[in-house]
Amino acid sequence: MRKYLAFFKIRFINGLQYRAAAYAGMATQFFWGFMTLLIFWAFYKSGANEFPMTFPQLANYIWMQQAFLMLYAAWSFENDIFDAITGGNIAYELCRPVDLYSMWFIKNIAARVARVLLRCLPILIVAVFLPVPFNLSAPMSLSAGLLFILSLGLGSLLAVSVVMLVYIATFYMLSSLGIRILFGSITEFLSGAIIPLPFFPESVQKVLYIFPFAYMQNAPFQIYNGYLSGFEAYKTILIQIFWLAALWLIGRFAMSRALKKIVVQGG
Amino acid sequence: MIELKNINKTFKIAKRNAGFGEAVKALFKKEYTYIHALNDLSFTINDGEMVGYIGPNGAGKSSTIKIMSGILTPDSGECVINGRTPWKNRIAHVREIGVVFGQRSQLWWDVPVADSFELIKEIYKISDAVYKKNLDEMTQLLDIGEIIRTPARQLSLGQRMRCEVAASLLYDPKILFLDEPTIGLDAVSKIAVRDFIKTINREHGTTVILTTHDMQDIEALTKRILLIGKGRILLDGELEELKRRNSTHKTLTVDYTGKLDGLADGMSISNNLDGHAIIVIDTEKIPVSAAIAKISEQAEITDLSVAGATAEEMVVALYKEFRI
Repeated sequence: MRKYLAFFKIRFINGLQYRAAAYAGMATQFFWGFMTLLIFWAFYKSGANEFPMTFPQLANYIWMQQAFLMLYAAWSFENDIFDAITGGNIAYELCRPVDLYSMWFIKNIAARVARVLLRCLPILIVAVFLPVPFNLSAPMSLSAGLLFILSLGLGSLLAVSVVMLVYIATFYMLSSLGIRILFGSITEFLSGAIIPLPFFPESVQKVLYIFPFAYMQNAPFQIYNGYLSGFEAYKTILIQIFWLAALWLIGRFAMSRALKKIVVQGG
Repeated sequence: MIELKNINKTFKIAKRNAGFGEAVKALFKKEYTYIHALNDLSFTINDGEMVGYIGPNGAGKSSTIKIMSGILTPDSGECVINGRTPWKNRIAHVREIGVVFGQRSQLWWDVPVADSFELIKEIYKISDAVYKKNLDEMTQLLDIGEIIRTPARQLSLGQRMRCEVAASLLYDPKILFLDEPTIGLDAVSKIAVRDFIKTINREHGTTVILTTHDMQDIEALTKRILLIGKGRILLDGELEELKRRNSTHKTLTVDYTGKLDGLADGMSISNNLDGHAIIVIDTEKIPVSAAIAKISEQAEITDLSVAGATAEEMVVALYKEFRI
């Protein structure tokens, strides 16, 4: 276990180095958050009753999404993993007495946590002090807050376990570019990163909730803002656990298959 | 103890001719060729040996190293290293081996080398005492005390390679695989790395398997060489003996005053200008001492050097002999 902690540590330290990227990211996320809220505000003024979420719920959703963007970003990959696979540096990683799946998993989590820690606090603090109803408000109850934290963690593990499948798929391809773009856009759309899932038509929503994507960022943010509460919140967390276990098993199986037929490229 | 028996490995490679038409055709029907990278490969290496593994590009050297380090699974054959099959028991196996790929890096690019070392300490569960002892030894022998506080990206190739070698030895591996460790290094770094490997082999009894195209590496480090070509072991023997077998010629470089003519049978002048001559001697026909005596009978020798075949020439001769 200690070795995986050490991986977490070194990747985390590595991730904390990019301060300029963090400042730029924060600025973008503020801008993006405001823009989204203002667009929705325009719609709300024309008829608030037609909307599936209340405006404060939406504001909470958007600000949480901006603060924790890097935890769930479907387009955020560890480039050195792709390089290792396509360039052959995986040879070194396979010479380590560690489980490759766990090592990559930890690397991704560490990178995401490092990026989020650099960005989330300023965004959250400023969002709290914004004028009502654009502000970030406290969760409905203490239990909702605790469930949110649990779900936030599960959701980010789930996001990484899906990303792991992209890395594994790269073993079978010469370039990772296509699958990265494809995966990134599909996941963003299906996980509620572009439009919150309640805004989709009922029938489409039924389909969306079949996939694991609905249980990444959608789950914790909707628990936080009270859209999902009580039984629904617990059910959501159970489904998160189910998907996490399922994708973990699928990922490990696919990885061991890929490693058996691996050809280390480049001499 | 390393034992390989009848290892075979075939790679499937997509092939097409150049040109747009061919490229379009390949979209629908791909043609593959099969390359037999390793063909019934067998050899044994004992504990504590230093073995040079040589052969031209594409002969199968790297594939063998990858099989021995558990990265590649062969199609058939047996490989037992310290009682384990590398690809079946990868994690336990790699605990005991160190690998340096001269063309790749195992250091984290953006953090100081010392952080990468710390990570290795945790991965291999090295105790504090052993880690400190090994690190002290490495930093001293390789002269990297200052270097390891610098991020890997800011190191020169020579500095980085010294750190790579150190990184592969921090956990006292029993076997060290070096895949072209001196590629691209300057003379000083090459010698530092060579001396270090020698010391480690001598003092820790580490088995070293070295692949390289640099024959000076081979000469400086190894006694035994394995020659591989087209996926087979062509030759397995002592370097010195091979040299003796393959060098029936010596080259004499002579500075002299006077006149040189009428050399004995087996001596031929390949160059003679202003009292500076290069004479090739066929040692099967005339011993070197007799040849020198013959020259000194005719002229006053002011300077003289004798050179045998270099390992480089010997390898060229071997490659020719085996047509690889």
